[in-house]
Amino acid sequence: MSQDNESIIVARDVHKWYGKFHALKGINMDVKKREVVVIFGPSGSGKSTFIRTINRLEVHQRGQIVVDGIELSHDVRNIEQVRMETGMVFQQFNLFPHLTVMQNIVLAPVWVRKWPQEKAEEIANELLERVGIPEQAEKFPGQLSGGQQQRVAIARALAMQPKIMLFDEPTSALDPEMIKEVLDVMVDLAKSGMTMLVVTHEMGFARAVADRMFFFDQGQIVESGAPEEIFQDPKEERTKLFLSQILSQ
Amino acid sequence: MIVKPNTQSPPDPPGPVAWLIKNLFSNWFNSLLTLISLSIIYFAAASVLSWVFTTADWRPVVGAPLLYLIGQYPRDQMWRPGLSLWLIMFLIGMSWGVWEKYVKAFAIFLAILLGIFAIVPLETATITLGVRAAFLINPVLIYLGYLIGKNKIVNGQHVITLWIFVSSLIVLVLLPGFEGIPFLPKVETTVWGGLLVTLLLAVGGIVLSFPIGVLLALGRRSSLPVVKIFSILFIEVIRGVPLITILFMFSIILALFLPAESRIDRVLRALIGMTVFSAAYMAENVRGGLQSIPPGQIEAARAIGLNNFQTMVLIVLPQALRAVIPSIVGQFISLFKDTTLVVIVGINDLLGIGKSILGSDPEFVRLQAEMYIFIALIFWVFSYFMSQASLKLEKTLGVGVR
Repeated sequence: MSQDNESIIVARDVHKWYGKFHALKGINMDVKKREVVVIFGPSGSGKSTFIRTINRLEVHQRGQIVVDGIELSHDVRNIEQVRMETGMVFQQFNLFPHLTVMQNIVLAPVWVRKWPQEKAEEIANELLERVGIPEQAEKFPGQLSGGQQQRVAIARALAMQPKIMLFDEPTSALDPEMIKEVLDVMVDLAKSGMTMLVVTHEMGFARAVADRMFFFDQGQIVESGAPEEIFQDPKEERTKLFLSQILSQ
Repeated sequence: MIVKPNTQSPPDPPGPVAWLIKNLFSNWFNSLLTLISLSIIYFAAASVLSWVFTTADWRPVVGAPLLYLIGQYPRDQMWRPGLSLWLIMFLIGMSWGVWEKYVKAFAIFLAILLGIFAIVPLETATITLGVRAAFLINPVLIYLGYLIGKNKIVNGQHVITLWIFVSSLIVLVLLPGFEGIPFLPKVETTVWGGLLVTLLLAVGGIVLSFPIGVLLALGRRSSLPVVKIFSILFIEVIRGVPLITILFMFSIILALFLPAESRIDRVLRALIGMTVFSAAYMAENVRGGLQSIPPGQIEAARAIGLNNFQTMVLIVLPQALRAVIPSIVGQFISLFKDTTLVVIVGINDLLGIGKSILGSDPEFVRLQAEMYIFIALIFWVFSYFMSQASLKLEKTLGVGVR
């Protein structure tokens, strides 16, 4: 267990294999409360795999992950506890298409937190207001634009009042004109003091709100540091090369 | 501003003559085709109609209406199926009020049919004035139920509960009765027959095979080896065997192995056979639906904290079942038609009654066509309403699907 009381996520020597493929090769990371961490790197570098081990959508095979003092193991109660404390936003939104926006948001509060329907709906309405689409509550996800769907997905994750928010490439599946509306919501969230782990290539977002950045390549953390250090003075060749590629786009 | 271009196609010239010229007689070849088709339709329709109204002899069909409905159910206990019919019609009326879109056509059809049946002049002694009056109450009950459902006195949940309660009451208490109770004497299922048995087998088979099929489909994807192997074995063995064989198995062979005092009722055995058969196919249909759910849905459900059971019931199954409504309804319809196979294990369903009426009079032997057309018509009507309801269901549930 970590000695640092401030750390809400502690990963120690995390390894993950897919068959013979070694996807994560000993990841160490400490995330403090209210910290915004951006993870970036080329595709296949293990960044999505890593963020998904934190709420155990992927199972790590070696090492230790502790989230808010709860160690992730095969114990189902621990996993459920951690999932209640962490919200996740996916690249493909993954809204439930058979439920309305409102039903999507209140589902977990009602069934997992056992809140009464009225309370859950009240909170859902506040959240929809916060992400800027209060008028869409009764629509189905299929009737919304990609940007609106992703904002609903953020509201759905926030409805459980999580301590940590995980974002797995939240803007990669969006048309360019919709990226901004989602990033604006995420910037607001970061400023409100939410602990956030964000896998993204949106360097503007990283520059604006990230406290620390981690560069992943081939299943390892190649370099980490504050955004100023990473952007102005990257130490590793691979970081330099990758940054020059994505910033020139 | 961009000026909106006029993208509308020019309107068709109005009038039926213009329509005829445009669609049927636009050139000499189309005109020829139209004339040939018209003559074929004319001769086909003329010969069918003249057969129906002159050549055909409908005596075996109209001669014994009660036999078609309830078989040999004792005539002095007629009030029991009669009361059952009332109750069911009342419930159909309520269903019409609550789920107007799906049940309306069927309910109106039944009301009209039963009304006609009550007043049509059939020359048969079994249909007394009392029976006619009793039948005439059915449309009234349908309408009464409709008003109750329409005015929100009951909601869908109430109606479903009522359906389960009332149909169990009818099938387990009212129709079979009990030994030694004077006003509700036991009526063996050996004398049940006709539409009563056909519907009992079909509805019972559908209602029972659906949940079993869903469980088998889930079992087949289970990570527990015992559950998985059992499900696969069950599905593959049953699917590899014809329904007739299964009915024989349950009706005859099973009875040989079980001790005499634990004999299961004959109709019940057939029902179990139909259910088992249908469940195996249902499982494969549902499995197809389960496979169509993207893994992201399950991940999202897990990520917001739902447990496995909640994920299945709230997220996966609603989407999976919706995706396979057409094949599930197809399965129901074919189960409904397959009930006719119980004739071979000696149960007098609708088809069995038809056959026994044909055999009851030497004059009827040559009237098979009339009989089978009549029975086919009954099956068609039920199947048609089922498939119509399924189409509407698909359309409604289609909202919100990407």
